[in-house]
Amino acid sequence: MTRSKRQAWLSFIVLGVMLALLPFVVDFGLGRSWVRIMDLALLYVMLALGLNIVVGYAGLLDLGYIAFYAVGAYCYALLSSPQFGLHLPFWLVLPIGAAVAGLFGVLLGAPTLRLRGDYLAIVTLGFGEIIRIFLNNLNAPVNITNGPQGINQIDPVSLLGVSLGKSHQLFGINLSSPHQYYYLFLLLTLLVVFVSLRLQNSRIGRAWAAIREDEVAAEAMGINVRNIKLLAFAMGATFGGLAGGLFAGFQGFISPESFNLMESIMILCMIVLGGMGNIPGVILGALLLTILPEALRYTGDMQRAWLGHVVVDPSDLRMLLFGMALILVMLFRPAGLLPSRQRKRELVAEDDVGLQEQASVYDARR
Amino acid sequence: MDIFVQQLINGLVLGSVYALVALGYTMVYGILELINFAHGEVTMVGAMVALSVISALVGSGVELPGIVIALLGLLAAIPACMALGFTIERLAYRPLRNAPRLAPLITAIGVSIVLQNLAMLIWGRQYITFPPILPQGRHQLLGATITDIQMVILATSVVLMLGLILLVKRTRLGRAMRATAQSPQIAGLMGVNANTVISLTFIMGSGLAAVAGVMVSAYYGLAHYYMGFLLGLKAFSAAVLGGIGNIGGAVLGGLLLGVIESLGAGYIGDLTGGFLGSNYQDVFAFFVLILVLLFRPSGLLGERVGERA
Repeated sequence: MTRSKRQAWLSFIVLGVMLALLPFVVDFGLGRSWVRIMDLALLYVMLALGLNIVVGYAGLLDLGYIAFYAVGAYCYALLSSPQFGLHLPFWLVLPIGAAVAGLFGVLLGAPTLRLRGDYLAIVTLGFGEIIRIFLNNLNAPVNITNGPQGINQIDPVSLLGVSLGKSHQLFGINLSSPHQYYYLFLLLTLLVVFVSLRLQNSRIGRAWAAIREDEVAAEAMGINVRNIKLLAFAMGATFGGLAGGLFAGFQGFISPESFNLMESIMILCMIVLGGMGNIPGVILGALLLTILPEALRYTGDMQRAWLGHVVVDPSDLRMLLFGMALILVMLFRPAGLLPSRQRKRELVAEDDVGLQEQASVYDARR
Repeated sequence: MDIFVQQLINGLVLGSVYALVALGYTMVYGILELINFAHGEVTMVGAMVALSVISALVGSGVELPGIVIALLGLLAAIPACMALGFTIERLAYRPLRNAPRLAPLITAIGVSIVLQNLAMLIWGRQYITFPPILPQGRHQLLGATITDIQMVILATSVVLMLGLILLVKRTRLGRAMRATAQSPQIAGLMGVNANTVISLTFIMGSGLAAVAGVMVSAYYGLAHYYMGFLLGLKAFSAAVLGGIGNIGGAVLGGLLLGVIESLGAGYIGDLTGGFLGSNYQDVFAFFVLILVLLFRPSGLLGERVGERA
């Protein structure tokens, strides 16, 4: 083994140990509720990586991505809850949910192949809303989704007869339910990261990049634009469905309220803010945008400490600060916090060539 | 038949409001290719400012006719929204003009979130009611009823839309706008100050949004900090339906979407044999939108953008 290879392995192991110990540190330092927030953050990492395939790799602006999350979640919920009296095992339900979501991805992708840019955005947005409205209203005349009340008492994820809904003793350590979910989600997130990484530099990944940059040229190079676009939709949707199923099992309760347009927009914000197309950036964006709104709940304590009393209710203030953070990050880092190397190069190149003429027009009066 | 005419009238009224908001989206898009997500919130701010002024005037017991009070509210809302639109462009979009395409979209979303929450802090979470100061007359038309407010909304929208179309087609400023939309660089070489044109576009769009906001709150008698989101979404859909970037398209798309929505709400039960109720009205609107875009991928009046090599 060469020196650099050994170093790489060493850093992997250190990272692995840190990730494994993280829930205990968080539990000790911040409390059990933060372990739950970490679980949710991992789900959002999966979602963001899924959307990154559609938007970041293939350049198809999708504003209805949450629909696939919803499809995955409802598949899980309907197949293992008292709603229909079905209690299929987790390892069967999760792939079904992911597959159905992938099918919906193709269903959305097929008719929209001709649309470009913002027209695609509005159609995907409409698709997301249609799915949500159907989930909201399919309680009559036949009750399927239980309407706005949502589905209750969904079976917790259960592996090899071990239900993750209860705490367990392992080697004398008490593992609570959020801790166990953390490890499951971490493993699956790593799987999604691995697939994303391998896709990026594969033949398919390069085809996506080609379509993103210039569809006509890509077609001229012999890329089957239709199939490759459909594949992007399907793969993104599958990841969304996977995360959705996990969400249903983890929460134990889902309702259409969790799958509104704002959620789709949030996931888009995660990938753009982090750095579109760049996996570490997307992960950073997802973690940041999940944790930030939760952390901003503490603004009440901060007001008490600095001003002596609570001036503005923290629940009113936190989304305001969140919006401001979005604006400021984009203003100072327009390509995202961790832009992909290629995108960075593009920006620099544009600066060299087009800067003067652009500046003379736009910045004349700035 | 009466129901049909009634729904048609309701739809046209609703649609003309959508059209006014859609004009703001489409003008900005035509020049900057930016979805100004915060535009719906500008509409909401317009409604809120007008309602505050109106409530204050009514509360102070000034002896003025209702119409005059409403007009004063409107006159306060329009400059407020224009200033807001100008500021948003200056702070959140102009610095990102050469940035990757999705960056200004995210700041637009940020601005939208900030405006919503600011409005919630200022005006509270509850619904604000429009004081009953406007004439409540009802008139018969082809077996259907049309109220005074509906007539005022229709007339105002038609005048504003015609005015805007004339402005874009006939005036120097309109020519500058069209030139900037085609190519900011070349327009700049011809002596057009792109920054001024863009600022004026935002100011005009926001003024129209203010009028639309006041009309919506007068029509429904309510205003709420969250009202801009759905209204903006519908208006944006309308702009896309007509062909985004096209002024006539925004008007057509807005009116069509309004009519489709209210006819859908009235007839969807009959069409599906009672299977789907009127709570599917939004599905119906989006479904039509998707269907239209499948057959005309750049909207009803949008120019066909050729596949460029």
